[in-house]
Amino acid sequence: MRDVAIIGIGDTKFGELWDSSLRRIGIEAGIAAINDAGISGDEVDALYVGNMSAGRFIEQEHVAALIADYAGLTKNHIPATRVEASGASGALALREGYLSVASGEYDIVVIGGAEKMTDVGDEDITNIQAAAMDQEWESVFGATLPSLYAMMSRRYMHEYGATREQFTSVPVKNHANAAKNPKAQYRRAIKPETVLNATMVADPLGMFDCAPNSDGAAAVVLAPMEIAKKYTDTPVRIAGSGQASASLALHQRRDILTMDATVYAARKALKQAGRDVGDIQVAELNDNYTISEILALEDIGFVEKGKGAEFSSSGQTEIGGKIAVNTSGGLKARGNPIGATGIAQAVEIVRQLRGEAGERQVDGARIGLTHNVGGTGATAIVHILEVA
Amino acid sequence: MKTGIVSYGAYIPRTRIEPAEIGRVWGIDGEAMGKGLMVHRKSVPMPDEDTITISVQAARDMMQRTQADPEEIGAIFVGSESHPYAVKPTSTIVAEAIEAAPHLTAADYEFACKAGTAAIQTSMGLVGSGMMRYSVAIGADTSQGAPGDALEYTAAAGGAALLIGTEKERLIAVINHTYSFTTDTPDFWRREGQMYPSHGGRFTGEPAYFKHVVTAGKTLMEMADTKPEDYHHVILHQPNGKFPNRAGKQMGFTSEQLKYGLLTPEIGNTYSGAVMLGLASVLDIAKPGDRILMVAFGSGAGSDAFDLTVTDEIEKIPREKGTTVREMIDNYTLIDYATYAKYRGKIKMRE
Amino acid sequence: MGSIPRFWRENPSRYNLVGVKCDNCGRVFFPPRDICPVCHRESIGKMKRLELSGKGSVYSYTLVQDAHPQFEMLKPYILAMVEMDEGVKITSQIIDVKPEDVHIGMKVEAVMRKLGAEGNSGILHYGYKFRPVKE
Repeated sequence: MRDVAIIGIGDTKFGELWDSSLRRIGIEAGIAAINDAGISGDEVDALYVGNMSAGRFIEQEHVAALIADYAGLTKNHIPATRVEASGASGALALREGYLSVASGEYDIVVIGGAEKMTDVGDEDITNIQAAAMDQEWESVFGATLPSLYAMMSRRYMHEYGATREQFTSVPVKNHANAAKNPKAQYRRAIKPETVLNATMVADPLGMFDCAPNSDGAAAVVLAPMEIAKKYTDTPVRIAGSGQASASLALHQRRDILTMDATVYAARKALKQAGRDVGDIQVAELNDNYTISEILALEDIGFVEKGKGAEFSSSGQTEIGGKIAVNTSGGLKARGNPIGATGIAQAVEIVRQLRGEAGERQVDGARIGLTHNVGGTGATAIVHILEVA
Repeated sequence: MKTGIVSYGAYIPRTRIEPAEIGRVWGIDGEAMGKGLMVHRKSVPMPDEDTITISVQAARDMMQRTQADPEEIGAIFVGSESHPYAVKPTSTIVAEAIEAAPHLTAADYEFACKAGTAAIQTSMGLVGSGMMRYSVAIGADTSQGAPGDALEYTAAAGGAALLIGTEKERLIAVINHTYSFTTDTPDFWRREGQMYPSHGGRFTGEPAYFKHVVTAGKTLMEMADTKPEDYHHVILHQPNGKFPNRAGKQMGFTSEQLKYGLLTPEIGNTYSGAVMLGLASVLDIAKPGDRILMVAFGSGAGSDAFDLTVTDEIEKIPREKGTTVREMIDNYTLIDYATYAKYRGKIKMRE
Repeated sequence: MGSIPRFWRENPSRYNLVGVKCDNCGRVFFPPRDICPVCHRESIGKMKRLELSGKGSVYSYTLVQDAHPQFEMLKPYILAMVEMDEGVKITSQIIDVKPEDVHIGMKVEAVMRKLGAEGNSGILHYGYKFRPVKE
């Protein structure tokens, strides 16, 4: 297996992009990444697209070929592949692309992630997101994605004595970070009271405990490490890539407060990178709900089980804290266009490692981590990125 | 061969609304209306309750109180005027839910408020003839009165199930006699496709309810050679609290005899469930030797009358394994008219 | 019209909580599985039908205020994860109780309710929900 580097990144602004179609945002991010890498379209060997549900959001399947077409990549008839693992579709595309380069099959690969959610109404979005859960034994009985995370939250509060006040530290921090990210959907800091007083979605989760519905796309360009320097002075090496699965239905897990898929994916990625969790300086964690970031902190190993809420509320995950988490604003405030999220996380870490993160730059960041989750944790993917 | 009841079960939804609250919306003194009708509150099904779920819960309650093997059930009949499907039986779902399927026959009945007792009579014939060991008769409804109509103060939801067998089984009550009185009397109806029923106003009284109930009751007593005072419990169809009291008097019964079988004042008119729930309520407290008279009435019109005697078995079956009718009557939560309108599908929603 | 067979084929488990027990390790699973995820090959042919008692206790719960359109009429409703007496967990609604009276550990039992309907003219779906047990 060859070492692989990210040599280019690109992303669109995340948010309600009424004027843009899926194909348009996909291309915008892709072209930006290709330009950033300084490659020509002719050099691209393959395209991978992470997308959860274009078939239901815009009634369009077969979107990898569509994006290849509109990006002008069909001239050479390159292979274009869409991958899906609900919320983890983006990271899965990155991993599949990474494996294709590492194996020696391809040299230059473009990986895009895109989702166009706002072409349908909120109620439809709730239904489509629910398809990431067990339809027959969860959704049919009235479960929604936030309701399952709400049950994790309540059980967590019950077992570990955590409070909603402690939980507010997650969205408050992520909004503060997003305020410094020009690409973020919500560029406004919020107060803890805003989180506590927000309309309830599924008690104890309020509106500000849930990532928004977003449109957006992000892309990266991969190349084998040995030729990466030809394109860029600041290649970022994919030092570790781990993916794991768990039962689709939350109620079938060994423990609803531990995402075993995250535990295994993180363990594998860290081992491959030869790193200890303590080496990580900056991390993009899957904060689709407040409780998700808390559980991710614990399951990756930044803090022991049951201490995540306390750790977060003590400021340890802020920029300048022990581990800077979701400097982009995370899914909560940067936005969560489902299939784009996993790629956007990698884009943010690359910016941090290149020292291009502006006001939200983590000083001296050289090692970062991305963590992307599908559904309630049936798929988790972790990547370790390092300055090459 | 003598036939009778092997087991019984009942179900009443937990939600209630009071006449005063209904009247408030329509500018009527609902409280006075309720007093006149002798209905203090009526049960309301939740949006996830219907005749199918009520029938299933009543049938499961019935199965809790018996050792009978569900696979020995040869027939299930569900009487209702509010079957959730116009075409597709309620009874097949009940059969699956109590694991009596597939070796049985099943059908849905409709005869206004007496479809449940028609199911009892069919069951008596089937088990009495030796065609099968057990048959299930269910009466259940989630009836609606048109908004603003007098029926809105009484139309309620509930149901009961009876396991019918012969004297070869351990019967908790023997059915000594049954008699039906049937005429073509259009006092109350609902045309195909209509959401709410229509009725003949005062025409529903003398020529319909009273004529049929009293004739059936008196004829049955002649057949049985009994006098009013021979009965410990009398259960009459109860569209409101007033009618059964008056019909009871006409037949020579005291309000004491009607007491345990008269539920309408507390839960409203449960239509096909009405006398069946009254009987379940009586069986909850019945003692060996108790004699019971039950007369159902269905608009359109007809009355089914039954003369029963409670046996020693009533004290041997685990009555406590089911929920008593009294417990279900007492465990309620009140709602306002807006919630009622929402629960009963009276709010026009976006398609 | 809708997904008739998709719902119909699950009726035994939705109506009567039919699960399976692995005769090799004794673990209970719901809904039924063909292979025990613990015993793998050892469990082949040993997954025996087991009907759950319907009794359990609330493991966690939430009050759903933002729901799928098909649950509009029930909103807000209580969704819970129930730990059944047999050890498996099941997700469904809790009914016949005020949200403020629900608590982790509360004893519940399964009852049949309508789960949903395919529009105004489609098939109706029925299955288990849970209600508090008299304590």
